[in-house]
Amino acid sequence: MKNNFPVFISRICLLLGSWFCISSAYAESRINMPQGVTPMSHDIYALHMMIFWICVSIGVLVFSVLIYSLIKFRKSKGAVPADFHEHTVVEITWAVIPFLILVAMAIPATKVLMRMDNTDDADVTIKIVGYQWKWKYEYLDQGISYFSNLSTPVSQLNNQAPKNEWYLLEVDRPLVVPIHQKIRFLVTANDVIHSWWVPALGIKRDAIPGYIHESWARIEKTGTYRGQCAELCGVNHGFMPIVVEAVTPEAFAAWVQQQTAGKTSLPPDIKKEKSQAELLKQGETLYTTHCAICHKPEGTGMPPAFPALKGSVIATGPVKNHIAMVLNGKPGTAMQAFKEQLSDEDIAAIVTYERHAWGNDDTPRYGKEAGGTVQAAQVASQRAESTHEKLN
Amino acid sequence: MSTAVNDVHEHEHEHPEGFWGVLGRWLFTTNHKDIGTLYLWLSFIMFFVGGAMALVIRAELFQPGARIVSPEFFNQMTTLHGLIMVFGVVMPAMVGLANWQIPMMIGAPDMALPRLNNWSFWILPFAFSLLMSTFFMSGPAPDFGWTFYAPLSTTYGPKSTDFMIFSIHLMGLSSIMGAINVIATIFNMRAPGMTLMKMPIFVWSWLVTAFLLLGVMPVLAGAVTMMLADRHFGTSFFNAAGGGDPILFQHVFWFFGHPEVYILIMPAFGVISEVVSTFSRKKIFGYRFMIYAIVAIALLSFIVWAHHMFTAGIPLVTELFFMYATMLVAVPTGVKVFNWVATIFKGSISFEAPMLFAIAFLFLFTMGGFSGLMLSIVPADYQYQDTYFVVAHFHYVLIPGSIFAIMAAIYYWLPKWTGHMYNETMAKWHFWLTVISINITFFPMHFLGLAGMPRRIPDYALQFTDFNRIATIGAFIFGFSQLLFLINVVRTVRGHGPRVGAKVWEGAHGLEWTLPSPPPYHSFTVPPEIKN
Ligand code: HEC
Ligand SMILES: [Cu+2]
Repeated sequence: MKNNFPVFISRICLLLGSWFCISSAYAESRINMPQGVTPMSHDIYALHMMIFWICVSIGVLVFSVLIYSLIKFRKSKGAVPADFHEHTVVEITWAVIPFLILVAMAIPATKVLMRMDNTDDADVTIKIVGYQWKWKYEYLDQGISYFSNLSTPVSQLNNQAPKNEWYLLEVDRPLVVPIHQKIRFLVTANDVIHSWWVPALGIKRDAIPGYIHESWARIEKTGTYRGQCAELCGVNHGFMPIVVEAVTPEAFAAWVQQQTAGKTSLPPDIKKEKSQAELLKQGETLYTTHCAICHKPEGTGMPPAFPALKGSVIATGPVKNHIAMVLNGKPGTAMQAFKEQLSDEDIAAIVTYERHAWGNDDTPRYGKEAGGTVQAAQVASQRAESTHEKLN
Repeated sequence: MSTAVNDVHEHEHEHPEGFWGVLGRWLFTTNHKDIGTLYLWLSFIMFFVGGAMALVIRAELFQPGARIVSPEFFNQMTTLHGLIMVFGVVMPAMVGLANWQIPMMIGAPDMALPRLNNWSFWILPFAFSLLMSTFFMSGPAPDFGWTFYAPLSTTYGPKSTDFMIFSIHLMGLSSIMGAINVIATIFNMRAPGMTLMKMPIFVWSWLVTAFLLLGVMPVLAGAVTMMLADRHFGTSFFNAAGGGDPILFQHVFWFFGHPEVYILIMPAFGVISEVVSTFSRKKIFGYRFMIYAIVAIALLSFIVWAHHMFTAGIPLVTELFFMYATMLVAVPTGVKVFNWVATIFKGSISFEAPMLFAIAFLFLFTMGGFSGLMLSIVPADYQYQDTYFVVAHFHYVLIPGSIFAIMAAIYYWLPKWTGHMYNETMAKWHFWLTVISINITFFPMHFLGLAGMPRRIPDYALQFTDFNRIATIGAFIFGFSQLLFLINVVRTVRGHGPRVGAKVWEGAHGLEWTLPSPPPYHSFTVPPEIKN
């Protein structure tokens, strides 16, 4: 047996080695930290590589002595144990040398850290708010604000459709930022702790309710940079990606123009009534983006944490309660207030959809309150009411 | 070394027969060996339970897309896997080793507080039943990670969280009593002539561990009690909306959590010191510095907790302080590794299973130490934090660190405990399969983390597929290889394998090897004489 072991082991290693080469030949899995596109990410990368090589050198040194000893001083080769078991000078030396190496590592690390801490003189300030499970971006000076949701279709998540290149790393509305300008990020959260992480920018900041944390970036190259929430934040923690679109300052200015113009010149006409068919169609799409992550496309939810909407008391009961639930959410649960994220038209469409989908409009079964259509005007008046109540 | 004057004065210990008799014997036992055995079996069972959970996690991550379990269940798996491995496997195993070995190594008949000992064990099965019962409740089992950060675990936690809280209270109670017992035993029960600086390093490492336990378990109890109050009694310790502070939770948790990781590794240092010295047939190099290093690590462990929170936005000076303190831990840890290597250097080495595990410990624990050093550099940690790089790091220090040391200890002392030699061939297979599969599992995780894969996600982007596959394959080999360990232990306990004498290993030193194998029920009824 004894002699078979080395042979056995070397065969396994060979097998693994070859498999490793093959598998990495046809897939371009990256194996190191990205160098990134900001001064911060370059600094981090340089530090990372420095410590890495220091560790490798110490490792090579220690492991060589170890391997040498294991080969040289084997009992089976007749090694006789020496009789030393203490040497104060040697021991102090190998405490002091690592200490000096550590000092050498600490100096550049401290410098980088202090540079990172400086968020003064920003050109653009963006507030980032983590929600279960999406990000909200507010451009404080430009008055732009929107949510950014995962846009990978459910069919891909459930393996019913082939996964596209940016599976789980794509959103409906990316964060748009200018290059060459100092962007200050203010990071916080609405419900639980999240963490806003974009490796290429060298930024990871925990988003913590009640706190605002700062960070900054000056991006060097236009491009699309992707990241994910890095702090466990509940069931869909793995499904709240970040996409940053870095564009030239001119393109950014144009984008800002477009966003703000769209807002003022086209006041939504909430008086306009829509047909039920129209509402249902619009509602289904909106439901898939905003609600299906918790309540599921089939309306079955994930009880008991996330209730089913199929046959639910609220979705088949009085319309007023249904609208109120969507507008104001339920504090202290994952059911957040949607009034900031969705317009009156959107909510009208979603509520209408929910009241008809999955057989919820079955009046013989659920009573005469079930079903019905909701128009934007009704949502608007309820929204006004709830704001009024708050003020009192 | 010492020889024991051991006039074998064994009481007639009638072990009762029949179901109730056997149950009563184990339920009411106050004997350190019985209790040690109970601890070790509990740990062994939980190892397979926690391991099965790990395999569910790895199976789900074999390829992208929703596959086997829902994200909800996945989160429960990561949470319970962590809690069980820390509190149900490594800690009980270390306490089990302490129970068996400390009295034998210091020349005592038993632990100082035998009834307390009984109680501190028998609390645990209840604690773990409580924890596991959460799977059968309406609503999810705890699903917020083993670090149970507020407010995810308080305002947003499932109902079953309360059961986890009480379970942790019980575990804490058990650990505190165990620690008191270890300290009382070491301070009061040493054979005459065994001064503190003559104690085996394993005993020293446990003494320091016991003080760490006393220092931090009450803090953990405090943290979960505050959670309970936030959940039910209207307080807002951790609730920002009520004027509380979610970061406070992290401070309290990691003030416990960081020393806790040294609680898991310190006794392992002790085991490795014993094993390396025995199979190199050479006294441990730098005994005094080894002790100083253990004490230094223990002290430092109290002032490094915020390195788990670098991205949580703590002030610059605080970050610098915790970075420097954390880097300092590398100095005493380095001394330990260098001294182990120096012990092997110019020894006369043989490669029985305990030594193989100890050598793997030296290589792989050191690698975990390197990634730890990388993590201590704050700016770099901004990229590593909460990624698979961290997962790789702590699995490298916990499996080849703590778990390998436990395996080494079992192979090393099992012949002493049972009077029979384990099957060396099977042990070697176990070793090689384990050490290879562990690297297949965890080495690729470094790459995954660096390339940007966050931890605790049930599904991932396509670019991470390759390494996740490799890791999953490794995990399954690792998991199933442990059956060899189980079989080997059961065979040995049941008396298969050749009988062994008092001194099982040629190079072994220490009082336990002066007792017959298996040792008498009350280890040293007459204190041995300590020479030298
Ligand atoms: C982050 C997860 C999440 C999202 C996204 C979400 N909900 Fe909810 N929803 C919940 C939870 C949790 C509850 C249960 C609240 C409680 O405890 O009563 C709930 C409850 C409801 C209810 C009441 C059900 C009942 O019978 O009690 C309705 C109606 C509802 N949600 C509609 C919506 C709509 C419409 C959307 C999309 C605009 C949406 N939800 C998005 C989590 C979510
Ligand atoms: Cu999140």
